[in-house]
This record gives sequence, C-alpha cells and structure tokens, in this order.
Amino acid sequence: MRGSLGSRRGGGHWVLGVPALLTGGALLVPLLYLILRALEADPAALGTIVLRPKNLALVANTLALLAGVLALSTVIAVPLAFLTTRTALRGKRLWATLLTLPLAVPGYVGAYVLLATTGPGGILPLPRLEGFGGATVVLSFVLYPYLFLGLRAALSGVDPGTEEAARTLGVGPLRAFFRVTLPQILPALLSGYLVIGLHVLGDFGTVSLLRYETFSYAIYVQYDAAFDRVYAAWLALLLLFLTGGLLLIEGGLRRRIAVARVSKGSAKKAPDVRLGRATPWAYLYLLLPLLLALVVPLVALIHLARRFPGDHLHGLGEALAHSALAAGPTALLALGMALPLAYLAVRSRSPLLRGLERLAYLGYAVPPLALGLAWIFFTLRGLPFLYGTFALWVLVLALHFVAEAVAPVRGALHQVPRRLEEVARTLGKGPVQAFFRVTFPLLWRGAAAGGAVVFVGASKELPLSLLLAPMGYRPLSVRVFSYTREAMFAEAAPFALLIVVLSAAFVGVLLWSEHLV
Amino acid sequence: MERTPRLVLEGISKGFGRTQVLEGVDLVVFPQEIVAILGPSGCGKTTLLRVVAGLETPEEGRVSLDGTDISAWPPEKRGIGFVFQDYALFPHLTVWGNVAFGLRGRDRWERARRALERVGMGGFLQRRPGELSGGEQQRVALARALAPEPPLLLLDEPFSSLDAELRASTRAEVRQILKETRTTALLVTHDQEEALSFADKLGVMREGRIEQVGPPEEVYLRPKTPFVARFLGRANLLSGEGCGRYAETVLGRVPVTEPVQGPVVVALRPEALRLRPPQGEGGPLGQVVAREFKGHDLTYRVCLPSVAEDVVVQEGPESPFRVGEWVRVAVAGAGVPLRATPHPGVRPSFLGSRGPGVARLGT
Repeated sequence: MRGSLGSRRGGGHWVLGVPALLTGGALLVPLLYLILRALEADPAALGTIVLRPKNLALVANTLALLAGVLALSTVIAVPLAFLTTRTALRGKRLWATLLTLPLAVPGYVGAYVLLATTGPGGILPLPRLEGFGGATVVLSFVLYPYLFLGLRAALSGVDPGTEEAARTLGVGPLRAFFRVTLPQILPALLSGYLVIGLHVLGDFGTVSLLRYETFSYAIYVQYDAAFDRVYAAWLALLLLFLTGGLLLIEGGLRRRIAVARVSKGSAKKAPDVRLGRATPWAYLYLLLPLLLALVVPLVALIHLARRFPGDHLHGLGEALAHSALAAGPTALLALGMALPLAYLAVRSRSPLLRGLERLAYLGYAVPPLALGLAWIFFTLRGLPFLYGTFALWVLVLALHFVAEAVAPVRGALHQVPRRLEEVARTLGKGPVQAFFRVTFPLLWRGAAAGGAVVFVGASKELPLSLLLAPMGYRPLSVRVFSYTREAMFAEAAPFALLIVVLSAAFVGVLLWSEHLV
Repeated sequence: MERTPRLVLEGISKGFGRTQVLEGVDLVVFPQEIVAILGPSGCGKTTLLRVVAGLETPEEGRVSLDGTDISAWPPEKRGIGFVFQDYALFPHLTVWGNVAFGLRGRDRWERARRALERVGMGGFLQRRPGELSGGEQQRVALARALAPEPPLLLLDEPFSSLDAELRASTRAEVRQILKETRTTALLVTHDQEEALSFADKLGVMREGRIEQVGPPEEVYLRPKTPFVARFLGRANLLSGEGCGRYAETVLGRVPVTEPVQGPVVVALRPEALRLRPPQGEGGPLGQVVAREFKGHDLTYRVCLPSVAEDVVVQEGPESPFRVGEWVRVAVAGAGVPLRATPHPGVRPSFLGSRGPGVARLGT
C-alpha cells in the first residue's frame, strides 16, 4: 500500500478520497432524508398510514411476484445452464450468447409486447395475460439471463473430479450431480436470485403496464396522481425495508453455504454428457425461451411498427437524441464515480474508504422509484435550484448505475498488480503520475466496458426518467411507456424496436468479446 | 500371501481419438500387495487407473476383481477406492462430511471419525477442505477413500502436490497406514524414488505398455530394457560382444549378470565404475568433463576418445579428480545385458550415437 495512490503516505490520499466520499454521501444522504421525512408524520396519522390493509395487500402482491419470478426463472435457467455447459450439444457458445440476449429487452417492452399481441385485437390468438400471471411471465423471461450466466460460470468452474470421486464412493451419476455438483453451484444460484429479486422489487414499468399492484406501482400512483407525499415516502420506505430484508436473507444464507474451490491447478473440463434420444428435446428446450423472449417480441414489434404513421418519424430521432443526451453524461459521471471507489476498494488500507464501494451497490439495490423520490424530497427542501433540472436527472441515473461501472473496473484493477505502480514509483514517478502512466492504461478496457454498460442501461431506464426528466425531454423509454398506457401500440412500436435492437446488439457484442459466455 | 489375485488386467487398450494411450496392458495385483506403476508423464498410467476405477471404458481387454469380470460395471458398483491427484474433496462439505459421504448405515459418522483419526485428522472434523493445507487435504482424501474399506485402493500421483520435505514423510506414513489396514493398493507415479520405496511390486510403463514388472530391487538391479535401465536411475549403456559370463566393451571386459552371446547392450550403473589415476593400470584413458559434488557422493562425467557418449561415474565424496584431468575408467561391478526395445521405430542404435549418456528423469 505504501506510496500508492490513495494511501496516507503517498500524499495522493485525497485525490481519490474526496470524490469517493462525495459519491458515498450522494448515495446515502437522500435516503436518510427520506427516513427523516417519513418520521415527520403525525404519530396518530402514522398508524393509519402504515397499518392500512392496502399496504398488506401490496406486501403480499410484491412477495408473490418475487416468488413467482424466482421459481419460473429457475425452471428456465437451470436446465439451460446445464445444457449449454455440460452436454455434447452443438454450438453451445452461440446458444449461450443468444439465450442471454433477452437481457436487452426491458421489462416494460416485454409488457408492451404481451399487451399488443394477446387478447382482443392482438395479433396472437391468445387470451390477454395481465396482473400477476402476466408480470411473472414477462419478468421471468427478461430476467432469467442473470441466473443463467451465473450458473453457467459456476457449472464450468466446478471441479469434475468431485463428481468422479462421488462415483468411486458408490454414488450413481444422477445422485452425484444432486449431492455434489448442485451444492457447489448454490452460491451462484443465490447471487442470481439476489439480482433478479432486486430487479423485481425495483420494477416499475412491467407491473404498472400490466396493472399488478406492487409497491413501485403504488408509489408512482401516489406521487403522480394523488400526490400524498408523506404516504409516498412511507411506501418507498416500506419498499426499502423489503429490499433490506432480501439482502439480509441472502447474506445469511451465503455465509452458510460458502464454498471455495479446493483443488489447485487448472480446472479439468468435465466430459460432455451425451443425451442420446433426448437430444431433439434438448434443442427444443434451448429454442423455446429464445422464441418467446426474443423472436416473438421482435416479429411483433416489426409487424406493429409497419402500422406506424409515417409523419411521426421525426419523433424517433428526437427520442433517440434525448436518450443519448442523458445516457452519455450519465456514463461519464458514473465512470468518474466508479474509478475512485473501485481503486480505493482494492488498494486502500482505510476500512472507511474501502467500504465506500459498498455504497455503490446501495444505489443498485434501492428501487429506482425510492431513489428518485428521495432525491426529489431532498432537493425540494435542501437544494431547490437543482429540482427539475437536467443535472439532477443525470446525477441520479449515475448514482443508480454506478455499481454496474464499479464491477468491471474493479475486475480490471485486480489484473494490475500493485507492484507495477511500485516499479513506477522507484523510477521516480509520483503517485498520481504512476496511476495515470501505469495503472490507468491497463484498466481502460474495463473502464470502457463499465461505461458502455451504464450508457445502455441509462438509455432505456424508465422510472427515474419518468420522475426526473426535465420538461421537454421525452426519451425512448418514456415514449414507449406513455403510448402503451394509452393502448397506442402502433405508435410505441418503433421506439420499443429501437431500444431492443440497439441494446441486443450491444449485449451480444459485449458478451462475446468479453468471453462472458 | 494368498495366491488368488485381487485384480487382473488382461490386454487393456484405450485410445483417445487418434492417439493410442494404452496398448494391451496386462497386470496382476495380489491381496495386500502395494503395486506402483512408474512412467513418464503421458505414458498412460493415469488412464490405466481410471480404467480400473471404471471412469474410462477401454476398447479392449478385461478387468477382473477377485475373479469377477467387472469390465462393464459403472464406477459406483465396483467399490474401488480412488485418491485423486488433486484430491477432489467436496468443497461444500466438512472434512467429516467428506469422509462419511461414501459410508452407509447408522454408524457412518462414527466410522468416518475413526477413519479420520487413523490418518491423524481427528481434530479437523468440522473444518472445510478450503481451510486445510495440501498435506491435510491429502490425508482427508485418503481417509475418504479408505473409510468404506475398499477391496482395492487406487492412488493417482498422491504425493505430487506436496513439497519435497513433506513428501517423504507422508509417503512413509501412508505406506504404514495401508499396511496396517491390509489394503491392496495400486499407485501410479512418475517419481522413481517414490515408486522404489513405496511399492512391493513395481511396473515400469512406457507409451501405453508395461515394459517390466517385478520387485523394486529386481527391476532396479536387473532392468530388461534400455528404457527401464535409464528411467529407474542413471545408467551407462555400452554396446559390445557377449562372450558367456562377460562382455567385451570399450571399457574392456565387463562381467554380466547372466550369460550372453553375440552383439549386446550392457547397462552399467555409475556406482559400478571407478576412476583411477592415469599412471596406473585398468581401463581406458579419458578426460573429466564435469564434476558434481552432492555431499554424500560425487559424480563425474568422463569423455572417452573412442566413445560418442560421456561415461558417468559415481565416487565417494573424497575423490580427488578435477575437471580437465586425465583418468582411467575401471569396471568394479557387474553389468546387466538388455534385450532390445520392443517398440518399433526406436532402434537400439540410438543408445550409442546420440543424446546424453545418462538419463535422470523426474528428479
């Protein structure tokens, strides 16, 4: 640590410490303010606010959706992960990439496709799926890739020797998989559940379009229509408690099932399982999610877009420009926040500075509506000049997405040995110079990947843009949402198509080039 | 020792794609015997173990356990224990859970505890494999394989991931445990010292075939092929003419361990040669080209004008000769006549013409 950037002795301590602390403060202060604000409520009224039966129904609905999505995405992702890693099927890497692409479909676009294609007037002869069923199906099919990617990595990381050892100890192949391999991929399952769970709790677009009353939906209705601020704050707070509960349960379970790979040396590759007569069924199982989550939405969008009135076309360019105008600065700001956080987390000896990185994950975990509301309350009271500005929109977007930039930067930083900086120091470079001449050039790829992820995420983000986009700004996501709410499916189609095609292309390139699949 | 074999391998052949890994391997292991298969890496020894365990299916040949043909049985039915090279401990289970994994019945935890106590790991029951050192993991892996009291235990390079100091002591302990539990064991290794000291019976393997099987002393002292002679330790290979009890070579008359006639290759261990001052009698003149002092002995490499390969001689630590000095090389022991290598394409002539005269592999 001695002498590198961010250390006490190096003198460069505050170069990174100050921005990191500012980011941490920006993530924490508005949430604390939200809590204070909620506590301002008259104690007598508090009972009627918190304990109304409506809230109980919201909790029940939210938890039911959580359980439904976790169950359905498990059914989708576990066999897919197994089929694309451990079997003798052809083109496993291509399948894996394609099966990850539904990640590019935002939940509100999925809901839009469901509404536009089914029920009376829809292009598919299916009854309209709304409420719980619809939300579960849509969220499962757009979120399962998170579980799929983690399970795939875990499955290929499991030492196949352990399964063989189980065989020599008298356990058959199927039981060896369940007793030995499955427990080893439980941590990946749990991580996947956490990410999916956070998205479900934070989802706003899907549930509100499909009219399923969860917390996010209720918060927005309170804020947008009724505008009972105290009640909205309380709902946001309850949602935060729910999120906190999810994190605590995950943390508790994780400690119990901690698994470290024991064998050293390079991982042997497990022999591919031959499926024999089940092979056609396996291909069908790979094809089905692809059809439902990617092909059907794309075909439907193209079909609907052809009905789009041509004179609205200039709106397309404008929406794209609005999205990019917010997403570009957001990506740069998030990267600017992520670099110091990641660097200090990896290199600093101060627990405070190392811990700041955790706060970045807070921005990710907090449901965007709660984060947005917290900032609205905070700026209205404390920084009124900021309220309703472009800057606030970008700032909150960056705070929400900073964790997605921290992860790749941190990963890249682990690849740069501290010794390299020490060499630069012995060659007469100061800590700041050593960072920019040695460390930064080596981690720019990770930084670029992080920035790109944030850019795409921000350009299709819905709830924060709905709350915070200043007057006159109507990005792609907001247009899709408001047209769909008015059942103007043809008008929404080109915007939705643009979002899906652009982010699918991006996700595909990223996955393939970074060898994530 | 009973004479009903525990394990019989007959004509085992196995290939992966175009490469033939095992070519007609025969082997017999008797109960309570510890057999080591020694060979360079890539000679097929690990594949051989995996075939015995049922983890690989051979194309040809038969595996019999206690007289029963088990060739078609899956690994879980065979009940053969396996200690993997990297141990393959279950990372999600405790040490205790790992050992109890293969046991059945109410007393499985008690039996697992006893198995762990036997290998000196009784105090580590609740630990996770990730918290153990390499040597400790090795003991747990051994306990896990031994706990079900398998009729046969297979060990795949079990000591190779331990550091040198730990290796020798662990080896002795494991051998003692195997003997105490009267376990029949088949071990594969590329370490000559390990094979010689660990086994009751030694097989030397090369390119998918077993070239020689016998007690370690016999294989070391009476190698049958040039490969075995060199792989088991340093050997000078001299071509010459057999004349009954001795052979005429460039070093003069070399007594041989068995009568020979006609052209022959004789293997002479470095300790069977002595250096003498050039003024005296005995042996041809040569020049010392290298001198390696190793504490307990001294190894010289001597260049003889009439021989393409340097000759290696081992002397006591007080031997006075220096590099560049002229010396006489005298024969002080018996040589072993070798049969020609059975492998097509490798002619015995390579012995005298190319390459270093001494092979010291796997040290």
